Amino acid sequence: MHLILFLFFGGICVAGAVNLLVQRHPINSALSLVVVMASLAGEYLLLGAEFVAAIQVIVYAGAIMVLFIFTIMLLNAGEEVRSKGSRVAAMLGVPGVMIAGVLIAWILLRHSNTAAVSMFALPGDPRAIARLLFRDFLLPFEVTSVLILIAIMGAVVLASKPEAVARPSAAEPAQREVRELVASGRER
Amino acid sequence: MSITTFAIISIIKSAAVVFVLLTAVAYSVWLERKVSAHIQNRWGPTRVGPFGLLQPLADGVKFIFKEDLTQPYVYKTLYIASPIIAVVFAITAISVIPFGNSITIGPITTQLQITDLNIGLLVVLGITSMGVYGIALAGWSSNSKYSLLGGLRASAQMISYEVSLGLSLIPVLIFAGSFSLREIVNKQHHLHWNFFFFPFGTLAFFIYLISAYAETNRTPFDLPEAESELVAGYHTEYSAMKFAMFFMAEYSNMVTVACLSTLLFFGGWLGPVFGPPIVQSLLPVLWFCLKVFFFMFLYVWVRWTLPRFRYDQLMAFGWKVLLPAAIANLVLAALVVALKPGIWLVN
Amino acid sequence: MAIPLSAYLILSGILFTCGVLGFLIKRNIITIFMSIELMLNGVNLSFVAFAAQWHSLSGQIFVFFVMVVAAAEAAVGLAIIIAVYRTRETLNVDQVNLLKL
Repeated sequence: MHLILFLFFGGICVAGAVNLLVQRHPINSALSLVVVMASLAGEYLLLGAEFVAAIQVIVYAGAIMVLFIFTIMLLNAGEEVRSKGSRVAAMLGVPGVMIAGVLIAWILLRHSNTAAVSMFALPGDPRAIARLLFRDFLLPFEVTSVLILIAIMGAVVLASKPEAVARPSAAEPAQREVRELVASGRER
Repeated sequence: MSITTFAIISIIKSAAVVFVLLTAVAYSVWLERKVSAHIQNRWGPTRVGPFGLLQPLADGVKFIFKEDLTQPYVYKTLYIASPIIAVVFAITAISVIPFGNSITIGPITTQLQITDLNIGLLVVLGITSMGVYGIALAGWSSNSKYSLLGGLRASAQMISYEVSLGLSLIPVLIFAGSFSLREIVNKQHHLHWNFFFFPFGTLAFFIYLISAYAETNRTPFDLPEAESELVAGYHTEYSAMKFAMFFMAEYSNMVTVACLSTLLFFGGWLGPVFGPPIVQSLLPVLWFCLKVFFFMFLYVWVRWTLPRFRYDQLMAFGWKVLLPAAIANLVLAALVVALKPGIWLVN
Repeated sequence: MAIPLSAYLILSGILFTCGVLGFLIKRNIITIFMSIELMLNGVNLSFVAFAAQWHSLSGQIFVFFVMVVAAAEAAVGLAIIIAVYRTRETLNVDQVNLLKL
């Protein structure tokens, strides 16, 4: 049962990842990434990490990827164009990554006498996780909150229109003239 | 309980729940038409059946027999997939909602809920957050400007209000100490409803209600389908059954929100219970349905009372008012519970 | 029956290499960015798998930290992409080759 479910979710996962590479339109790639994330949540459930699985779906699939799709829709991104750079990258990159992947797999298979992982092995209780997160890992937790704050400020600054920065506008001289005219009119 | 009995009971429960949900969806459309008509001093549907009660059936038949247009300029796969995505996630969200205590028929005792998970609330949040894809992709794949604007608005609005929605639920979790919806309800016995935990529970409820209205694209936050500016928003290019699927998705999301408000803030199925055993197990379901009905009515009432927001007002309200209020509420509630646990925790 | 830890690690390795490959061969900034998210997901899976092997929760905590970093990264990165698109009007990385916005 464990093996069947593992292969099922793993198969969907790998298929989604490969589809991300094959598709030319960014929105299709984004959707295949959503599929990868959802099936990874299935893998987490298999391991017993139910809280991580739920957070994976809410944060990754439900928030981050929606943000990606929003950006793709906003910029109306079209199909990717093949260029010289992409050909060079494909020629050098594909074999290189293949070698790296085979190496990783080989090393892992060499040491495949690792202990077996049973289904629902993790104590995924949210209470225990919270205790760990807010006691033992309190400092890293606070540091990540600062990171989030900085990210919010960075995103706001970067995405705001350049015009929003205070700058003398082109209409300034004309406005001054009008003000002077009005003032002189009052005096008269 | 053997695995076969478990499977049979689960299938029966799922079928019953989906049937009840779809009927509720159909009749909430009737309710909406009827109530809005009376608010405007009209009669609403009266022709089909007594009080127009068969109107949902007639609507369904009409949807099936309408011509199913697929415009030549759409991105076909996603265009067909997006209403299915929307409706599937909307219906799946009901799977962890409990409707009552347990019921005993003969030798079998079963909970009135498809499944009880100890992360139930998170499951509902996760599934509803996936529902955005249906709307966003419908807007994009229709390849028309009104649809695209509607999809953009919907995704931005849903991401923004999801944050305040999540934060407004955390005080409830602090009071209950569990993610399981059944346990959250059981902690609210003897009228210790979370809504009455003044001010934190009350404030959390109103923040939740406002952001849930924005999440379900209902007035006053129905910008993604604002008919006076975007024709029909993300479903402009949809007709017949595909349009009906978006409709069903919207209304079953409303039902889910109404169920969640009932469970989290108004004590779920808790209420006076008396009589013989079978009545005792069915009476809670009645209380639950009545509370849910009240929230469905509230949806319609609000729709015909408040005007629509402007888009910049919507975003400013979400980020500058609702989110700070939710955070302040959460921090204060956590402080009070931490300092005086005896007063706030019931048990 | 149980399956070995290395199965999970190989799956996570496959996801990670797919991410690296996408990072190298894709030319659209947004897709490149998604490949990075794919790599992070691969790493997350190995964290959870190791946590399951040691019956320890600490591995899961790291997954949360990775998610926080990914969320922050997505927000800033997408803001940068919007800024780049506004000045360059292209999403092709080959055409974004000046050391200024």
